[in-house]
Amino acid sequence: MRCREPIIVAGLAALLATPALGQEFGREATLEEIALWDVDARPDGSGLPPGRGSVADGRELYATHCAACHGEKGEGGPNDRLVGGHGSLDSSTPVKTVGSYWPYATTLYDYIHRAMPYFDPGSLTPDETYAVAAYILNMNGIVPDDAELDAAGMAAIEMPNRHGFIPEPEFAPLLPEATKARD
Amino acid sequence: MNKLSPPASAAGEESALSRRKLLSIGSGSVAGGLVAHPAIAGSLADVPPRAVGDPVGATSERSTFVDLARITEATPGKRNVDPLDAINSKTPLHKLDGTITPSDLHYERSHSGIPALDPKTHRLLVHGMSARSLVLDVGDLRRMPSISRMAFIECSGNGWENWKNDDDTLTVQHTHGLVSTHEWTGVRLSYIAGLVGRDPSSRWMLAEGGDASGMARSIPMTEEILGEAMIAYAQNGEPLRPAHGYPMRLLVPGWEGNLSVKWLRRLRFGDRPFYTRWETSRYTSLMPDGKARQFQLRQEVNSVITSPSGMMEIAPGYNRITGLAWSGHGAISKVEISTDAGRTWQEARLNAPVLPKAQARFQLNWHWDGKPTFITSRATDEKGHVQPTREALIGQMGKNALFHYNGQQIWRVNAEGSVRHALS
Repeated sequence: MRCREPIIVAGLAALLATPALGQEFGREATLEEIALWDVDARPDGSGLPPGRGSVADGRELYATHCAACHGEKGEGGPNDRLVGGHGSLDSSTPVKTVGSYWPYATTLYDYIHRAMPYFDPGSLTPDETYAVAAYILNMNGIVPDDAELDAAGMAAIEMPNRHGFIPEPEFAPLLPEATKARD
Repeated sequence: MNKLSPPASAAGEESALSRRKLLSIGSGSVAGGLVAHPAIAGSLADVPPRAVGDPVGATSERSTFVDLARITEATPGKRNVDPLDAINSKTPLHKLDGTITPSDLHYERSHSGIPALDPKTHRLLVHGMSARSLVLDVGDLRRMPSISRMAFIECSGNGWENWKNDDDTLTVQHTHGLVSTHEWTGVRLSYIAGLVGRDPSSRWMLAEGGDASGMARSIPMTEEILGEAMIAYAQNGEPLRPAHGYPMRLLVPGWEGNLSVKWLRRLRFGDRPFYTRWETSRYTSLMPDGKARQFQLRQEVNSVITSPSGMMEIAPGYNRITGLAWSGHGAISKVEISTDAGRTWQEARLNAPVLPKAQARFQLNWHWDGKPTFITSRATDEKGHVQPTREALIGQMGKNALFHYNGQQIWRVNAEGSVRHALS
């Protein structure tokens, strides 16, 4: 039940780090309620919900929910630019966008679902979220005009800057082989 | 400190005349928190008579003679913006003493505003690679064994005004106002991990906020972090303020502030990073070749002279140099100061206590000869890390990194005694 923690040197610290025997706090979470909050979409596609969305649907949704802050064509406005910047990252004026900088398409789904639209986050359905993500990827030339994306499709996308990140050596031992065997 | 008379009128503006008077009378003359007023009590006979004051109250306010406020900012160069356009708010380091930041002046950064969370309905879910999943509320946390510690929190964007362009209107609040130090109280993360029976092979933990953006970061489960991180519910002896994560937040001492997730509502143990937006496209540092450092999480050794500093005026003669130093590696062991553009260095005095991963106050007596010069500080921590020059930092990282600037801060002193921001 209790995991084995690294031994903490100070006696008092060790005492505080160990739950008192028989003392209970909170309650067990049910699987149903965990599912409500467990929304993390990861690069391998785990956590992405069922559903699908097309570039065409995304274009309309984007105009309604996104363009006011990010520009009609993702060129930016009051908030972040989403499109372009390819080849700029090693220049004196790098432009970091979904197309030029983001390493994973799954992160785009995750972020839209968590945090967007700014004033009503979580209001888009999974189908709508796939569609908006598909349109943003399309504007960046990453998926074609007739693309329709679902969980598998999202996880299969190789983003242009996929290999543009170098994890700190300090944490390399904590990374799975697949993610650290590069650069 | 000089005795200042009450304001003669509503106008609190410092006039050139009053500044000269202050300079001629005072020795320090650069203190920030005081609002200068036109009338000076030259003789004790001019000191106003004593008077009965205000009644005792439920809370106490700052003196009306003290002017302390943070300033809002959008991105580098977009300063003092409308709060609606701001993404952060910076601490007035030059107007504070000691090392503890007052609660209402701790720097602020949020990603979708400050949520008003009711502790009756706020819940923390702890799940993932563990024997069981728990739902906890702040009452549960308060019944658990608690710890308190001093720790700084620093936004990884602190210092970002210094990467590219010089601007001689910058104050230390602009350049370094995204770091603050508090006493934090809460429950050890390792205690919570023990409660749920964390799988020891879980090497990363996702921490998610209850703000509108669901701000979420992957935190490496190193021995150091497991040993030091806590779920905090109090700051400086009072419940967390909403801007700082009420009713509970994560605190990961020494690591970039974004990891200390505010309004904490979920911890999930996993076997690898989750690659959220914040750890991929946001808090990563571009290098000259266009690649970016990822999981550059530790706040490196840093220091800055807070007085005299940008936009202050000094007079020839005695001046006390003071400032703050801090390191995400541990305690500060030494701060050296140069008053001759880096040619020679003197060791500053460190005020006790000097605590690990907390800001330390340093000071040095200085006799300014009235000639133009540059002053700067250089900190060393207990692990032997030395704060780099800006030149060395740029040499390694280029100018596009945006985050994790810890170069030595230079202040230029011109012949008139004006202290101004400088990059070299």
